[in-house]
Amino acid sequence: MKIDSIINGIVLDHITAGKAMKVYEALGLDNLDCSVAIIKNVKSNKMGKKDILKIDNDFEIDLDVLGYLDPHITVSIIKDGKTVEKKKLQLPKKIINIEKCKNPRCITSVEDDLDQVFYLANEEEHIYRCMYCESRISKD
Amino acid sequence: MKYLIDPMDLSVEEIDNLISLAQDIIKDPTKYQNVCQNKILATLFFEPSTRTRLSFESAMLSLGGKVLGFSNASSSSSTKGESVTDTIWTVSCYSDIIAMRHPKEGAPLVASRRSKVPLINAGDGGHNHPTQTLTDLLTIQREKGRLDNLTIGFCGDLKFGRTVHSLLKAMSRYENVKFVFISPKELNIPEYLKKDLLEARNLDYKEVNKIEDVIDELDIIYMTRVQKERFFNEQDYIRLKDTYILDLKKLENSKNDLIIMHPLPRVNEIATEVDDDPRAKYFDQVQNGRYMRMALIMTMLGLQNEVSK
Repeated sequence: MKIDSIINGIVLDHITAGKAMKVYEALGLDNLDCSVAIIKNVKSNKMGKKDILKIDNDFEIDLDVLGYLDPHITVSIIKDGKTVEKKKLQLPKKIINIEKCKNPRCITSVEDDLDQVFYLANEEEHIYRCMYCESRISKD
Repeated sequence: MKYLIDPMDLSVEEIDNLISLAQDIIKDPTKYQNVCQNKILATLFFEPSTRTRLSFESAMLSLGGKVLGFSNASSSSSTKGESVTDTIWTVSCYSDIIAMRHPKEGAPLVASRRSKVPLINAGDGGHNHPTQTLTDLLTIQREKGRLDNLTIGFCGDLKFGRTVHSLLKAMSRYENVKFVFISPKELNIPEYLKKDLLEARNLDYKEVNKIEDVIDELDIIYMTRVQKERFFNEQDYIRLKDTYILDLKKLENSKNDLIIMHPLPRVNEIATEVDDDPRAKYFDQVQNGRYMRMALIMTMLGLQNEVSK
């Protein structure tokens, strides 16, 4: 399978296999007018299988969203066909409106206009808790 | 201090100051009887709780202040779909300080963003209940003379019991406090408190399921009610509600200076035969609640150094 190299844009590499669509949706890539390549289940020496996203547009990427979804993703910024920067991801201290609290007793369950805010409670185990009720995010 | 949402909003020093002030009030309440003259406390109870609401109102009236509010959501605009934020914003125009209880967890935090006056969380769902915690700390300080070097047993509903969670967080800041959790497995202390608090800070704790197995080790036993409103399934409630009942027989091997605490209301988890035992301190807690809330209202209004002329 051949996919053209991009000239100015972003490559997200080392996405956990199967997660590319989730990253695509979380970053709102469906709103972009440019070419976006979603490459799934690529062979990887390090990971066995991985996904890759190639975005043919130089846009402001939300590193917090990416860091939360998958801190192992490699972000390469491409300018004039060359990699000019590689960004390292970290688990963000806080995530806003990426996840929804599932605790039926949480105030966010009845007041829709509240931001869904979660804070990093345990870095080692990647545990996030709701800022309002302290419930843990249950990841699928 | 503008808002009290979580007991951990208060530093150990602030708690010490509140306890000292409450103890001074206990010595001579008349000294403080006009401190809050011309001040209004709004008690906004979106969920009924006679005890806590009356305690707040009694505290404010004892300081010479006035009170207004509602005692359940049906008499507030929330039935018309008004948000918590808007209700609080409105009420903060009518009052100098607000105490609110809400069935949804996190509601007081949301409310505090728009309140123009100090706001106290008087309980949010199964989450926090900081004024009960302050009351409990005052009771422990008065009865044991210290808040450190104690073994405290929590018994009953440790999963949903917000008073337990709040007191546990507060006590975890004092030196050499050991925790014993006595509950059926369905109502065990939540994992997150074990992981993020007890284990993260390397605190001494154990979990057992019988009172008799640990009663001789305890300086304090904190009993809780298995609350019907915290269950989604009535059969689970009926099966568990009578599981942990404290009676004189179970207390046989306790230390002589054990203190028995309970946030009340009690259903049957402490047999009434225990009420006249000198170890029973749960109604002293109620009395302490009023004094602690007086100290808190004064402090949050910036009147902690005032005494009536």
